[in-house]
Amino acid sequence: MDLVANNLSYKPDDQYHLNEVSFNFKEGNLYTILGRTLSGKTTLLKTIAGLLTPDSGEIEFDGKNFLKIPVWERNVAMVYQQFINYPHLNVFENIAFPLKQRKIDQSIIKEKVMDALKSVGLLGYENRKIQELSGGQQQRVSLARSLVKNAKILLLDEPLVNLDYKLREQLRDEFKNLFSKGLADETILIYSTTDPKETMELNGEVIVLDEGKVLQVGPAKEIFENPNSLKVAEISNDPPMNIIEAKISDNQIRFEGIDVEAPQHLSKLTEEGLKIGLRSSDIELNENGHEFEVELAEISGSETLLHLKRGDTKIIVSIEEVLNFKIHDKVKINFKIDRAYAFHADGKLASSPFGGLNG
Amino acid sequence: MNKLYIFLKYFFIVLWTVFVVAPFLWALTTSFKDFQSVNGGVTYIPWVDFEPNLEGWKVLIKSPAKGGVDIIEPYFNSLFVTCTASLISIILGTLSAYALSRYTFKAGFVKNNDITFFFISQRIMPPIVLSIPFFLFLSSINLLDSLTGLIVVYIVLLMPIAVWIMVDFFNKVPREIDETALIDGCNPYQAFLKVVLPNSIPGLIVAGMFCIIFGWIDFFFAFILTFTEVQLLPVKIVALNSSVTPWWSLSASALVSVAPLIIVAFIVERYLSKGNLSGAIK
Repeated sequence: MDLVANNLSYKPDDQYHLNEVSFNFKEGNLYTILGRTLSGKTTLLKTIAGLLTPDSGEIEFDGKNFLKIPVWERNVAMVYQQFINYPHLNVFENIAFPLKQRKIDQSIIKEKVMDALKSVGLLGYENRKIQELSGGQQQRVSLARSLVKNAKILLLDEPLVNLDYKLREQLRDEFKNLFSKGLADETILIYSTTDPKETMELNGEVIVLDEGKVLQVGPAKEIFENPNSLKVAEISNDPPMNIIEAKISDNQIRFEGIDVEAPQHLSKLTEEGLKIGLRSSDIELNENGHEFEVELAEISGSETLLHLKRGDTKIIVSIEEVLNFKIHDKVKINFKIDRAYAFHADGKLASSPFGGLNG
Repeated sequence: MNKLYIFLKYFFIVLWTVFVVAPFLWALTTSFKDFQSVNGGVTYIPWVDFEPNLEGWKVLIKSPAKGGVDIIEPYFNSLFVTCTASLISIILGTLSAYALSRYTFKAGFVKNNDITFFFISQRIMPPIVLSIPFFLFLSSINLLDSLTGLIVVYIVLLMPIAVWIMVDFFNKVPREIDETALIDGCNPYQAFLKVVLPNSIPGLIVAGMFCIIFGWIDFFFAFILTFTEVQLLPVKIVALNSSVTPWWSLSASALVSVAPLIIVAFIVERYLSKGNLSGAIK
């Protein structure tokens, strides 16, 4: 049973929330929608759920016109980024709600709810009030409520974004377990996120969305290795990929008075307006490197993010240890240039170290 | 410093309590007095200062033929009109408020906020402006001097309050809760009844309380729109004032007329102190 969309557009104000979005989702697969905030992820999920009607386009599921079926008959499940539960019901009643709505036998409901509680690790909490639970537990309840229905389409809208760091890691692992346990056998699982790391870890089919437009579709690895444009490279990396305006001539990449020998996959690109893309992790501190000035140094977890400047070129370097720098310090860095990407002036990928469109 | 603060706090609490409670106590003692105790100087404590008797209360339930004033009928008229009008206002008001909060309406330049303001504007208008239109309207449909007519008018007066409070309340209930209910298999009516309404009880109580208070204390329309057939309590009590009714009966009738509001206040206060009114929805 495939979920097929054709040219979905939705423009409630002067900006497109969805712009000619098409896809073909197959059952048993995990699809990750990656995009920045306001890129249209939630709009897309709500459109699939039936909470929004697109201005134009079609959605078909199992050969039926999905747009003609009201939300309450679509058999979808959705988990929101806010922890949405029914505040007047306790944990058990919350999870049982969709089943009661289908008039299923009491004893079967009980069995199913207990199973769902077990799979999200909340056994023993069934009589608690929702307000007594922590954020992570509340989100587990709404996940359990969406699992218990055996919905054909399961929508997860940034389910981890409002949780603290540790819970997020923990729940993400549990998600992966749940998804791999065969839950998704006949389910289409659609997961939206802003986090590239999460996308890579979930390792599903990725749809990169920006300003309501699909920029690239492909397996997570492919998106990471061969982003088809500057935009995708920015969205699918955190911190965003560094973009350097450079010129290649005589087998040398030249910018800001620096000459770096061009690796083989870049050497033939001599056009004007070329942009070189380099991940922040592909730049390292090196005594014999090129001098840059520190604009800002932030420590995030066990990483240090250095914002550096030289002339008009600004780059971000991530270093896998905690280091202290002062603003205006001079540091010397080296580029792992064989991992560099090149983009044409219009933003399209020109060459990637992983073999995409080798110039 | 701290002690001074505590002292001042309790001092003002006591002061305010005296200010609020004293008139009630005064009315209460007066209602048990007779001619002698009222006119024989200031007296406070029953059995010590004066001999209490039930004459003042008995007059209230005696028929006029026997020298009484009979406030029972106006009392139940008032209860009936206030409760019916409040109930209908809450039902209609809640439904309109939900629609105004969740759906988008557009008719030319008129949008949701304008419709909400239209409801509120009904209360901004001085009641006296409405008196003649209401009078003519009720007389044209033959409902002057009737309970039904009063209920119709009170719904017009009370529904804006319900709409106003409930729109504000529904706007604070996350839309995602309705959406989740739809996704979980409710049609829009079920989503409203099974999910939104049970979570709106605090708002309903507040709105209901305001409707009952404003309905119960209205004198103006009850006075203008009724003559002889039907009489509401506030009108009756004012009428007592101008007659030869003794002070002790006036005090008793005043106490009886505020009793329902005090009961409502106590019920709501219990809800408030249990924390049931706040934090139902984060």
